[in-house]
Amino acid sequence: MQLKGQNLVCSRGGREVFSDLNFSLSGGEALLVTGRNGAGKSSLLRLIAGLVRMAAGQLTLEGGDGEASIGEQAHYLGHQDAVKPSLSVRENLQFWARYLGSGEGVEAALEAVDLAPLGGLPAAYLSAGQRRRLSIARLAAVKRPIWLLDEPTSALDAPSQARLTALMRGHLAAGGLIVAAAHGPIGLERARELNLGPV
Amino acid sequence: MNTFLALLVRDIRLSVRVGGGALMGALFFLIVVVMMPFALGPDLALLARIGPAILWLGALLASLLALDRLFATDYDDGSLDLLMMGRMPLELAVAAKAIAHWLTTALPLVIISPLLGLMLNVELRATGTLALTLLAGTPALTFIGLIGAALSVTLRRGGLLLAVLVLPLTIPVLIFGVAAANAAIIGPVPFGPPFTILCALSLGSLVLGPFAAAAALRHGLE
Amino acid sequence: MPVIDLANPARFLSFVNRVLPWLAAATIVMFAFGLARAMNAPDDYQQGATVKIMFLHVPAAWLGMMGWGVMSVAALGTLVWRHPLADVAGKAAAPIGAAFTLICLITGSLWGRPTWGTYWVWDARLTSVLVLFLLYLGVMALYWTAEDPGRGSRAAAVLTLVGAINIPIIKFSVDWWNTLHQPASILRMGGSAVDPSILRPLLIMTGAFTLLFFTLFFAAMRNEILRRRVRAMRLMQAQSA
Repeated sequence: MQLKGQNLVCSRGGREVFSDLNFSLSGGEALLVTGRNGAGKSSLLRLIAGLVRMAAGQLTLEGGDGEASIGEQAHYLGHQDAVKPSLSVRENLQFWARYLGSGEGVEAALEAVDLAPLGGLPAAYLSAGQRRRLSIARLAAVKRPIWLLDEPTSALDAPSQARLTALMRGHLAAGGLIVAAAHGPIGLERARELNLGPV
Repeated sequence: MNTFLALLVRDIRLSVRVGGGALMGALFFLIVVVMMPFALGPDLALLARIGPAILWLGALLASLLALDRLFATDYDDGSLDLLMMGRMPLELAVAAKAIAHWLTTALPLVIISPLLGLMLNVELRATGTLALTLLAGTPALTFIGLIGAALSVTLRRGGLLLAVLVLPLTIPVLIFGVAAANAAIIGPVPFGPPFTILCALSLGSLVLGPFAAAAALRHGLE
Repeated sequence: MPVIDLANPARFLSFVNRVLPWLAAATIVMFAFGLARAMNAPDDYQQGATVKIMFLHVPAAWLGMMGWGVMSVAALGTLVWRHPLADVAGKAAAPIGAAFTLICLITGSLWGRPTWGTYWVWDARLTSVLVLFLLYLGVMALYWTAEDPGRGSRAAAVLTLVGAINIPIIKFSVDWWNTLHQPASILRMGGSAVDPSILRPLLIMTGAFTLLFFTLFFAAMRNEILRRRVRAMRLMQAQSA
């Protein structure tokens, strides 16, 4: 599987965020996107996810599902958690599992982020870190080859960061791809770096 | 289908659980209808004559105010991004949300409309017909309002912008809804033609609404 | 025990648990007695037996208004005296008062149909009671939609006190407007104008309704205290995980 971006141009709000961007990522590889605030890290992730339109350029995925768009084969972990306070922890995850995938894998995912004991609790009672973990559980519950992570380790304490690193390593070992935006290293030693320097 | 139902059930659950959201619309409808006689005077004959119009306007305003919440909460917590990355087309996702919204917001209005009709001195027999016209017409209000909700969610201007966008589009629904209700109560215009057109408007908006709303979301979220 | 001790939720709960069965029993006895007397009261020469709805309608009206009075005291307790159980009291009283007001509206409507020919008429008194009902719903909305019990209670307390202005208007509305409704004939200068054979069952029914109110009220307060305990326990469970 290979994800390739060629001569990508992105503009948001009339401003050209980045242009002439090239990258290539194979299965089992991770790409760490760095740069100052406003350099376009989040925009790149959203562009790959299909949430932001490409002004120019090409984005191709070889070896994936030819019928589906790239966004349908990717997980997007943005700054927000997409957790509904009035649903229980389990209900929140069950919904995303059913909407994004086949609906199974919920219990195992809750175990993976250590939220299983709180499964029946309304999500309103969770702390910010716990909500982040619930968000990450989504990645464990539904199998999708591409992971687009926007500053995944922020708001996580050390044990949670370790759990996330384990999940990421497992994903890469299974042949998945990771594109992560961060200000610093996120625990993947052999990640390639793409620096979005000043425009 | 499973995905469609999952979204539908989730939205219904959220609407029911978030502090009386579903009943708030019905309560607003009640209050708006109660306000009218204060402004118009207690003349029962007058109220009976314009009762159907009052009920239709009340239902329109009550549906409109609730539409604000349709996409706003999902946009605010990042769910909207994920909804666009599902295996189901965005048009269907939007339709599922609209159906959930109609079931929890508009249907209670339809159910209490006979009671409100009685308070406006509409005959008991005629209140059933009134409820039927609301039943046929409120889907159109919801699905047309869907477009306004999608347009305004990304502009972050809130409820008034939504109302300004949507109200003109709902004029045909209001005209034929009130015409059908009046025809049943007062005559002499037959009930059939306006009611049929009302149903057609609802069915048409069922298709047009999701497509337009999905397009609005895609362009707005960039 | 002094009343101030009841401010402690645990002591209040044990107080309620002891008192509630007696209150409930007294309510049932009073209702049985009142309904028996009401059935034996003479028919009205104009309205026939339908006048007996009055034995439900009038007490319900008074209780609807008294409910708001209880809520107003609770509201003062929340805002002025900061009594710990005041907001529990307000939240518990609101649905009960609303229910009595609704009973008043419905029985009044059913009474009006054979008597006046319509189910509803927009005269001053009925309309004021309807407005009272809507205010009840508004206060209930504030109590029930707030996630954090404390925040919603303060807002509801303010609304309660503002709405309390409505109560005097209802009482004197019949004198202010010339309406269809039965002129005030129970409490009037120079004694009551209603025959004692109707007045006594009416007062008994009013007593029964009042006992019913307080039975439900204390039970509702107990429920709310337990509900808050569950919430606190769940919060602790989430924080310790």
